[in-house]
Amino acid sequence: MPEKHMNEQSLIGAFEAPPQDAARAFRAALEALARPGSIHEITGGKAPAPMSEAAATLLLTLCDPETPLYLSGAHDTAEIRDWIAFQIGAPIVAPAEAMFALGTWEALLPVTEFPIGTAEYPDRSTTLIVETDALHQHGAQLTGPGIKTVASLSLPALDPFRMNAALFPLGLDFYFTSGTQIAGLPRSTQVSDMMETN
Amino acid sequence: MSDYNFAYLDEQTKRMIRRAILKGIAVPGYQVPFASREMPMPYGWGTGGVQVSAACLMPEDTLKVIDQGADDTTNAVSIRKFFEKTAGIAVTEKTRAATVIQTRHRIPEEPLAEGQILVYQVPIPEPLRFLEPRETETRKMHALEEYGLMHVKLYEDIAKHGHIATSYAYPVKVEGRYVMDPSPIPKFDNPKMDMAAIQLFGAGREQRIYAVPPYTKVVSLDFEDHPFDPSKAEHPCDLCGAEHTYLDEVIVDDDGGRMFVCSDTDYCAERQALGHRGRLSPPETLAEEAAQ
Repeated sequence: MPEKHMNEQSLIGAFEAPPQDAARAFRAALEALARPGSIHEITGGKAPAPMSEAAATLLLTLCDPETPLYLSGAHDTAEIRDWIAFQIGAPIVAPAEAMFALGTWEALLPVTEFPIGTAEYPDRSTTLIVETDALHQHGAQLTGPGIKTVASLSLPALDPFRMNAALFPLGLDFYFTSGTQIAGLPRSTQVSDMMETN
Repeated sequence: MSDYNFAYLDEQTKRMIRRAILKGIAVPGYQVPFASREMPMPYGWGTGGVQVSAACLMPEDTLKVIDQGADDTTNAVSIRKFFEKTAGIAVTEKTRAATVIQTRHRIPEEPLAEGQILVYQVPIPEPLRFLEPRETETRKMHALEEYGLMHVKLYEDIAKHGHIATSYAYPVKVEGRYVMDPSPIPKFDNPKMDMAAIQLFGAGREQRIYAVPPYTKVVSLDFEDHPFDPSKAEHPCDLCGAEHTYLDEVIVDDDGGRMFVCSDTDYCAERQALGHRGRLSPPETLAEEAAQ
């Protein structure tokens, strides 16, 4: 074990009014997942770089000592580990044990390592928080629950999300975060290329 | 200022419930187990719905609570007061003005919009429970999509009564996958479940949360030769004259006299305020005097 000492950065960045801030953040997360393709503001949490405010807020809202968390790539730093240890208390684990995972899309690959739930408990699957540079409402075409006709969202890939949807009711659920914005992609969403549907 | 944490529950409990809600949204119709807490009200009074509402409410929300369509019954009034006290949120009886609506056994007549959340109180979340008492078995049946037993039950209804006699808690299939108990709403309300709002279901005693996202296909189970029929009483509302609403039958005297009134009190009152009149409405002049 490397020697550990808390840096000051890990002591700051929590919600100012935890119950109220978490409630607002949860509603953004709920709307995002219930309406795939919609983009919402989610603010209040600030973690060490490179974690976005949206991802930090989501972790503060959903994670605690009961939720094993996987940190990938550039997000697996001593500063972020310290921040999570102090603010959230989630145990840092390998992908196969993770209830939540955080990182960029490239760093989280291959997503096949994460639990997708079981036939009897499809809820026991990982929720991936994918940090992206920007979120746009164009790109991949989305259909399915939560979408009136068809929605669009800038996804980092197509095939992994298609394969994930094919696993339904098993599968992974995704949040995409960028700055203070969040979008959701549950396993129930069918993903296709913009060209194909036209 | 109340001495409760915002919306009564502690933050760790809310996080646990919120995670369950999100998994419920991701797998529409699947019952997510959750560690239901003791609430300061008895089981059967909406402890599941209250916990889901508590996990959803924001300080800016306006809450409406209905019990069988009515805003003014004991259950609705006490839950509304509970959240007024513990969350300090605004409350309303107007369906349109509400952002979160907790309901026991009805869907409001007024179509719900995006941005609204409908929270159902659920007594028995498992639609197969009265056909198969073992949880291990019903869980397997859902996993294998083995719903033949439910169709047998509906078929037996037809064999015995000539039609499907199930009139409330009528089973639905969500997005072509899970058979779900829509809670004991009248089957009249089933077609409304394909809606723009988020629907969340909480069963406190049974420790289950499930969800139907907006614009999700919710199909009431039926047979080709016995299609689903969202029947209602063959009467107009006696107070507002509506012919398209779900009605309560009320006995009004000892001589068999009865009246039919909208079960959705807010909807009925709004129609009356707009001048709609039913068979037993007071004359308009009297109504105006009463209003003053």
